[in-house]
Amino acid sequence: MGKTFEEINEKIRNGTVVVATAEEIIDIVEEKGIKEAARQVDVVTTATFGPMCSSGAFLNFGHSDPPIRMCKIWLNDVPAYGGLAAVDTYIGATELSETKGMEYGGAHVIQDLVDGKKVRLVAKSYGTDCYPRLEIDTYITLEDLNQAYLFNPRNVYQNYSAATNTSNKIMDTYMGTLLPQCGNVTYSTSGELSPLLNDPELRTIGIGTRIFLAGAQGYVAWEGTQFVLNKEKIDEDTTMYSGATLAVIGNLKEMNSRYLRASSFNRYGTTMFVGIGIPIPVLDEEMMEFLAVSNKDLYTNVVDYSVPSRSRPTLRKVSYQELRSGSIELNGKKVQTAPLSSLRRAREIANLLKESIQKGEFLLQQPVQPLPKDRTFNPLKDMVVK
Amino acid sequence: MKKIKLILYFPPEKTDKPFTYHLVKDYDVIFNILQAEVQPGKRGRLTIELVGSQENIQRALEFTREYGVEYRPFNKNIVRNQGECVDCGACTAVCPSGALYMNTETWKLNFDEEKCLVCELCIRACPVKAIDINMFE
Repeated sequence: MGKTFEEINEKIRNGTVVVATAEEIIDIVEEKGIKEAARQVDVVTTATFGPMCSSGAFLNFGHSDPPIRMCKIWLNDVPAYGGLAAVDTYIGATELSETKGMEYGGAHVIQDLVDGKKVRLVAKSYGTDCYPRLEIDTYITLEDLNQAYLFNPRNVYQNYSAATNTSNKIMDTYMGTLLPQCGNVTYSTSGELSPLLNDPELRTIGIGTRIFLAGAQGYVAWEGTQFVLNKEKIDEDTTMYSGATLAVIGNLKEMNSRYLRASSFNRYGTTMFVGIGIPIPVLDEEMMEFLAVSNKDLYTNVVDYSVPSRSRPTLRKVSYQELRSGSIELNGKKVQTAPLSSLRRAREIANLLKESIQKGEFLLQQPVQPLPKDRTFNPLKDMVVK
Repeated sequence: MKKIKLILYFPPEKTDKPFTYHLVKDYDVIFNILQAEVQPGKRGRLTIELVGSQENIQRALEFTREYGVEYRPFNKNIVRNQGECVDCGACTAVCPSGALYMNTETWKLNFDEEKCLVCELCIRACPVKAIDINMFE
């Protein structure tokens, strides 16, 4: 028994589709078994809402009169990329304001645009025969822009290590504030609701997959940067998956800042909470086995952030069930745990996606190409260049 | 019964005397130390919560002043902007008293002001700047 994308889409169109969230499906499978659940349920929705640094937006301003080839660009004092065509730019989430520092960055510019606020655009040029203007200082709004699309090169991390700090000093990191002497452990995942933990072999998610991206219907554009498929056996029945990431794209003009939130991590810098939902078709029983996974079977590493190395030591492996309990044991000591990604808002997204599929507003898109299976994660070679 | 929060400032020569003993024994007030910075030979600072009858608290405060310990009301509290909060949980990583905690059913952030020590660690830990300190008279 199997279902195709097209058969499921037909059910979405005629309103007979059965959808469950990746949390709900756990109980459904518990009650009915894999076989029956796979027969009854057509789509399972997954979601995540966490800080994702590799995020940003392409913008096109339109031409001023006389026109300018913008070489140096600032949006609310945050530098944006000036190495594209005359009035195209890319604003990255982690770029900091030249006047406000870590309080305000590219992520805040993007959120202000989404919120309909006026954003100050300053640009300078060396002037060319075809673009004579040397500078411009004006205001833009999202509405004024010809194109504005989020293009995030690395989002939806499949699985991320939990963080702790064995040193005697407090550390401010992108994994939050880490207290000295393993005073806490932070983790960032929606676990059993997380997209790439529910399709760990990427059978249904690939280039072209339609997704919920910050309130808009967006797409998987490519493999995410640093994409690699890692599999590690925890025991006979449990595999720890990690390493898959997605590059995603979507229309900024259709987004909602409830699902796209600028943020600033103390002494680290700015980043962006991105809300992403991915529907997974229940093509067959094997797919349902993946989807039925729960936090007790999902593991991650606890790594020591105080070691200033690319390969930080792993202190232990831990299940998301244990992390969610509020504390874990580390070197014989009970250590409090805290999440960094909002499970509450991820659930909201999974439910929104479920509703739009039920209402026939969101159709599944079969990948036009699967994601690669053979990628490796290469380090940067440090050569001495004179 | 009345409850107040105070910051006490001990002159260096008073930090080795059993001040709190007298406070409890002579004035029948219950007190809870929220924060303490006491080092021999240095000015000490103690943030406390006092619970007792109106009269006993009044007398305890008079005793405190006569004893040479300055005090002022603890006039700060932590306020959370629920509209800004995304319920990520980053603040719960640093909260020493468990005043900020996640409801493990709904994964909504909860704040128990009674438990808050106003240590302000959560302010820097909050990535969306949804936590602020409120000063009042």
